[in-house]
Amino acid sequence: MNWKAIWRMPTTSPALLRQSFERRVVVLGAIQGGLGVLLASRLAYLSVAQNEKYQLEAESNRVNLTLIPPRRGWVLDRNGAPLASNRADFRVDVIPERLIDADKTVNQLGQLLQLTAIEVQDLKDKLDKAHGFQPVEVKSGLDWERFAAVSVRLPDLPGVVPQRGFSRYYPTGPSVGHLIGYVGPASAEEYEKDRNPLLVTPGYKVGKDGMEKQFEELLRGTPGARRVEVTASGRVVRDLDTREDVPGKPLHLTINGPLQDYAARRLGLESGAVVVMDCLTGDLLTMVSMPSFDPNSFADGIGRIEWKMLSDDDHVPLRNKVLRGLFPPGSTVKPMVALAFLEAGLSPDASVGCGGGLRVGNRVFHCWNRRGHGTVNMAKGIYQSCDVYFYHFAQQIGMEKIAAMAKRLGLGQQFELPVVGQSYGTVPDPAWKMKKYGKEWAVFDTVNATIGQGYMLVNPLQQAVMAARLASGMELMPRLLYDKNPPQPKSLGIPQEHLDYIHQAMSDVVNGPGTAGRARLPIENVLLAGKTGTAQVVGLNISSGKGGLWKHRDHGHFICFAPFDKPRYACAVVIQHGGGSGAAYPVARDVMTYLFDPGKAMDVLLEMEKGWGGTPQERMAAKYASYSAQYGARAPVVSPQAQESAAAAADEPVAPRSQPEVRDAQTPPPEPVIEAPTLAPAARPSPAPAPTIVLPQ
Amino acid sequence: MSRSIVPVQVARQPWQMILPLTALVLFGSAVLYSAAGGHLQPWAVTHVIRFAVFLGMAVVMSRFSRELFKLGSYPIYFAVLILLILVEMLGAIGGGSQRWLNLGFMTLQPSELMKPAIVLVLARFFDALPAPMTASWRGLVPAGGLIAVPAAFVIIQPDLGTALAICFGGVVVMFLAGLPLRWFVAGGLAGMIIAPLAYFFGLHDYQRKRVLIFMDPESDPLGSGYHITQSKIAIGSGGIFGKGFGNGSQSHLEYLPESHTDFVFATMAEEWGLVGGLFVLLVFALVLRWGIGIARRAPDRFSQLLAAGMVATIFFYAMINTMMVMGLAPVVGIPLPFMSHGGSSMMTNMICIGTLMAIDRWRVRPAGLS
Repeated sequence: MNWKAIWRMPTTSPALLRQSFERRVVVLGAIQGGLGVLLASRLAYLSVAQNEKYQLEAESNRVNLTLIPPRRGWVLDRNGAPLASNRADFRVDVIPERLIDADKTVNQLGQLLQLTAIEVQDLKDKLDKAHGFQPVEVKSGLDWERFAAVSVRLPDLPGVVPQRGFSRYYPTGPSVGHLIGYVGPASAEEYEKDRNPLLVTPGYKVGKDGMEKQFEELLRGTPGARRVEVTASGRVVRDLDTREDVPGKPLHLTINGPLQDYAARRLGLESGAVVVMDCLTGDLLTMVSMPSFDPNSFADGIGRIEWKMLSDDDHVPLRNKVLRGLFPPGSTVKPMVALAFLEAGLSPDASVGCGGGLRVGNRVFHCWNRRGHGTVNMAKGIYQSCDVYFYHFAQQIGMEKIAAMAKRLGLGQQFELPVVGQSYGTVPDPAWKMKKYGKEWAVFDTVNATIGQGYMLVNPLQQAVMAARLASGMELMPRLLYDKNPPQPKSLGIPQEHLDYIHQAMSDVVNGPGTAGRARLPIENVLLAGKTGTAQVVGLNISSGKGGLWKHRDHGHFICFAPFDKPRYACAVVIQHGGGSGAAYPVARDVMTYLFDPGKAMDVLLEMEKGWGGTPQERMAAKYASYSAQYGARAPVVSPQAQESAAAAADEPVAPRSQPEVRDAQTPPPEPVIEAPTLAPAARPSPAPAPTIVLPQ
Repeated sequence: MSRSIVPVQVARQPWQMILPLTALVLFGSAVLYSAAGGHLQPWAVTHVIRFAVFLGMAVVMSRFSRELFKLGSYPIYFAVLILLILVEMLGAIGGGSQRWLNLGFMTLQPSELMKPAIVLVLARFFDALPAPMTASWRGLVPAGGLIAVPAAFVIIQPDLGTALAICFGGVVVMFLAGLPLRWFVAGGLAGMIIAPLAYFFGLHDYQRKRVLIFMDPESDPLGSGYHITQSKIAIGSGGIFGKGFGNGSQSHLEYLPESHTDFVFATMAEEWGLVGGLFVLLVFALVLRWGIGIARRAPDRFSQLLAAGMVATIFFYAMINTMMVMGLAPVVGIPLPFMSHGGSSMMTNMICIGTLMAIDRWRVRPAGLS
């Protein structure tokens, strides 16, 4: 072709134009043909070379894989009764990412599901915080009518997912709150850690606290899956196939479910903890901290009213006091101290005269009984809880031996338990004080420690372990996981006659001339052995510890075991600011009674609950009703960390984190003589003459 | 083929074009049947009926004389231009965006009619222009004006695809009319310089984004790149023989947008595969080759330019559409001739066919109806 001719167009004539046309038409035709070949090759490239890739993409368009959340494994008590199970229910979730007009959808859902103003407010709170992929629960446990009302309107409700599924159910609610924990939707952090699509499947919950969190892997199970063909707008055309879920494995605990519930209810309006241990195996039969929360109502997150209720309560319902509460143990350490004396070679008959106090250095330490106990030997020192006896001989024996015995019996120890956290407290000795404060151990430190005051801090679990080891002479380890053939515990190597002596003295506390005569079991042939304890919280110059401000009242302690001659069960009760041991031992008595005669114990409890306003669940419901009437949707917003873990919000232990140095001798705590009824804190009469502080002369 | 039992009026029709074209339309109708989920309504039947009606129209057109075409060229051009302006104004007054007139059995877009009209008027213009003036500004400026005015009205609609089609048809006629090649080269160079400048300084952010997404549709799979991505998935997943008639998941499950209009080629390729796609391309090749043949054999300048312009118009539709669905061109909203469902597009293309048939007859029998 003559390109030059095309380029340099001479003065044109019709003939030249015709020539030019013919050439240019050929060029145009060639371009068209070339483009046609290009299109054909592109077509072949897409449909042959890239066929596999695009087939895969077409399949992933067409097929939608929906995970079916697996049914969570049950948590069983030692007899196989469920502490946590699953309930079939109808639920509705929303996926924030897919919402088009969030406010409109929420309001529409509020109408369809008949949500209260508070529930709508809580839902909006949750949506504000939610990340795009996290499903947010609107409501579970719906009846068929309301569920259907949402289901039929789905085309107008983008982002709303109604589901038939299973939700976690805790039959005894608050009684197992701290022990089992609760479940909730996975948080953004949890999803970051474990990029499992199951975590963002609507209706799927992960363990947030307690056993639910510790045994997440075991309880989780394997999700099922449903493959469906869907249109671009998400409408399901047909089911392709379904794979059933594999439920999680059950978790078998050593807990005795009915006893756990009984103990929780028996604590009534008090803030306290009850631990019951099996003296043969170390199995924990009960581990209760009250007040508690209802894990059933936490599954959909914590609402504003709930949060307000929890944060207003100075009894700190979110703290597990069994593991996280540290208390000065008071006189409950005396049997242990006595055992240390025996081992050090002190004769049990060695006596001291108690005149109501003992001068140590230039200070006078008072006995709780200002009138004095007269001549006191070891047995009387225990059953009358004579402080002077222990002041006197502790100085002879020395703190090292006492501290060693305390640790042998479990105080200051952390146990291998599948729990979220333990605060293990302090068993002070000279080396510890030097390390912590850089100060020499003083005699008054020993004196304070022997009556469970001063630096000594323990948690209720350790007290129960101490009671069980004292009772059995075995190095019992607390256990939570049920095992038909529990490991045989080792002996502590304490001579049996020493133990027998202590056991007799502890029996006399209850059944003899001791401090807790009212703790006697109403069961024939079963004698309870125990030890009272009252731990001072503030100096006597602030409060007598009996009445007044709740947070100034003494802690009440009681450790015990039964039967005293053939120990089977050990128990520790702590009543925080109960005003003295009188608040603790009736609880221990009734809990131990329940083990031998549940009917008799239950009658006592039902009578008491009439005065308290019902079971913990009923009381919480009543409180919720009054709160929502008072605050409505105006309750303050839930703090972010509470959303993640309620337990984390209450992690601060009862005792201040930085333990202050004890600079002064503490006046011994008083032992109440008359039993204080545990009805209501305000109704408790002020007992026994309160000793006053005695200034150094 | 001297004597035959077939009547001469029938035998004279260009069957080498009509038969493949009918096959293509019927094939298109089958694809529309499948796209409607296995129903003749609402697309498959009307598609065939429209083709039959417009084929009849083309046959009637084929009997029009060259003089009639020449006579009608300017009046038709201005009539369509007025319609275009009228519709634009009506849309502005009504506050809506109506760009079409309802004719009962179909809706008519004047901008569609402008595509053959621009070819017709330019063919007439260059036919009348004395040969020496072709290389001067007197050849360029009026022709440029004839193209620019309707293109400007269409582009403010805004309908970039149709405006491009009008420009393409007009420029091809100018090129074939023998305007100096350096003007086209200079125009092309200017375009290459202006395009990046316009991209960086003349476009809004969202417009720039659309260009970027065209370059890499996967970067925005749920937004503007969605069309191209889904179309490529449909074509690519079809393979060599396709998924089978009625089995296209992309179209039936509504992943493929506009599955019966602009993306009908993807709908077809998903179910019929590479084989179906090559058949469609082959039919277009046959029809266009027939048209180019007519242009080359055309007896005079007017017929030459008119025929080549009509071929270019059909070609532009088919090329831009197939390039678009295969991810080689941006999504501009141009239907595929004879396959996409739509009356205006069918009418425009059949006008082009009818014109070509008429030109074919002028060579055989220079005088026709007048």
